[in-house]
Amino acid sequence: MKSLTKFMDSFGAILLAIIWISPLLFAFWAATHSTSDAVNLNLFSPWTLENFRVAWAGAPWLKYFINTFLLVTVILIGQFFLTTLAGFAFAQLRFPGKDFVFILVLMQLFILPEVLIVENYAMISRLGLFDTILGVGMPYMASAFGIFLMRQAFKGVPIDLHEAARIEGCGLLGILWRVYVPLAKPTYLAYALVSVSTHWNNFLWPLIVTNSPETRPLTVGLSIFGAPENGVDISIISAATLMSVAPLLIAFLIFQRQFVQAFLRAGIK
Amino acid sequence: MSAHANLERRRQAIYGWLLLSPAAVLLTLFAFYPSIATLWSSLFSRGTRRKPSEFVGTENYADLFADPTFWIVVKNNLLYAGITIPVSIFIALSMALWANSKISARGFVRTAYFTPTVLPMIAAANLWLFFYTPGLGVLDQIGSLFGLPSVNWLGQPETALWAIIIVTIWKEAGFFMIFYLAALQTIPADLKEAADIEGASRWTYTRRIVLPLLMPTTLFIAVNAMINSVKLIDHLFILTKGGPSDASKLILYYIYEMAFAFFDAPSAAAMTIMVIAVLGVVAAVQFLYLDKRTHYQ
Repeated sequence: MKSLTKFMDSFGAILLAIIWISPLLFAFWAATHSTSDAVNLNLFSPWTLENFRVAWAGAPWLKYFINTFLLVTVILIGQFFLTTLAGFAFAQLRFPGKDFVFILVLMQLFILPEVLIVENYAMISRLGLFDTILGVGMPYMASAFGIFLMRQAFKGVPIDLHEAARIEGCGLLGILWRVYVPLAKPTYLAYALVSVSTHWNNFLWPLIVTNSPETRPLTVGLSIFGAPENGVDISIISAATLMSVAPLLIAFLIFQRQFVQAFLRAGIK
Repeated sequence: MSAHANLERRRQAIYGWLLLSPAAVLLTLFAFYPSIATLWSSLFSRGTRRKPSEFVGTENYADLFADPTFWIVVKNNLLYAGITIPVSIFIALSMALWANSKISARGFVRTAYFTPTVLPMIAAANLWLFFYTPGLGVLDQIGSLFGLPSVNWLGQPETALWAIIIVTIWKEAGFFMIFYLAALQTIPADLKEAADIEGASRWTYTRRIVLPLLMPTTLFIAVNAMINSVKLIDHLFILTKGGPSDASKLILYYIYEMAFAFFDAPSAAAMTIMVIAVLGVVAAVQFLYLDKRTHYQ
């Protein structure tokens, strides 16, 4: 009886797992076969890389990759800089108005940037940043979530270390840089993984503020490439899709534990 | 108070505001000011070349309430939330219970469940397109094995929203699973032993011990799923574009369309304000819940 339930558990779990990755498996299969073999599910048909070649030639993918890479880098640098300073101020300094400002920051946690697309678009245009990578990244830099995360991390630093550095003659910024930042490394790593995978995958906002292949990230490029007006077939769309998810997917498969830990740490707060 | 302490206090205040200022400037530019500007512009009429925009009070809201599409979209989004939230919670819980039990191929199972989380919604939509396409799609191929007729899943009003819902559940369930997994691992093993000694069945143990202990996690996930039911709309751009005849249109997509396809910023603003109000309620719920959780500890 016990071994039967165990078998049923394994069976159910694995069946669900197969269902869960089947969209990816089918895409992989479609991408590596000719379109007619792919749609007829012709199991013994020959493998081919032709679809990847056609897809790669069909859009400026290299430019898109570089744009996405620049975008996540710019956002991450901005976030690290801003949230470190603000998180430290909230965690370790005492100044009038702190609590009030902190509540304002917390409020931003619930006003999703996605919802404010119209006014943020107006703001980016006013700043002359329309169709620039900086314009895509800027609204995400002062992340309330990041400030909150860094504040928590810095609060956990023992005050003795702070005092010791001060007695050694370290200034406030020196203390932040030499004591707090190194001790918060795991939080930075977790935050970086969450931030990079969020912005690698972001679509709606980049769609609105980019208007040329020069700035367009992968997600927007992929949506344009796959648009039905362009009449590309399923094998080539699958190849393009796999190409654009490959870097993040491979990184995830290698650093799975770190990814999951990062999402957990970021979610539970 | 000594002069030294006074000096120190002033120094902290100056440093505090200096360190805060870069973040404060960006938060003002991209969160606070836009929120207020949205509220403001929702109270003005849409300006045209001949007729400049003027203050109209709540007229934009009244127009929205009179717009049948608005109600279709609200109904769609309620259904979207009403299905995706409980179903993805249920699947996430099942996944976590499985991934936490001693089954074979556990590593593979966990990876498979979590993988959709790292894919962009646009890519997910492309993958699912291969399932849904009539005639060629995987679903139709499987159906034809059993002699079922071809179904245009994305092209008919009865099924389009459901097709969208399934993609969303697929995308978020694995993400929610990790929170359940983490919570399950904190449940002490002696509870299970005690339940076994008492002769409690596995179902009783799950229902009476595990589920109540997971309650805070469930609440946390529910709030996240609620936010997702507003936010996750990228796949609409690939799969249905809100159609056919608005059958799968969701609120954020409608806001986007209003603003960037119909250039009706005031209506988009009015809708945005309503979404913010709903998110505010969710926020209040979460604050109460956070409060409760601190009492637990």
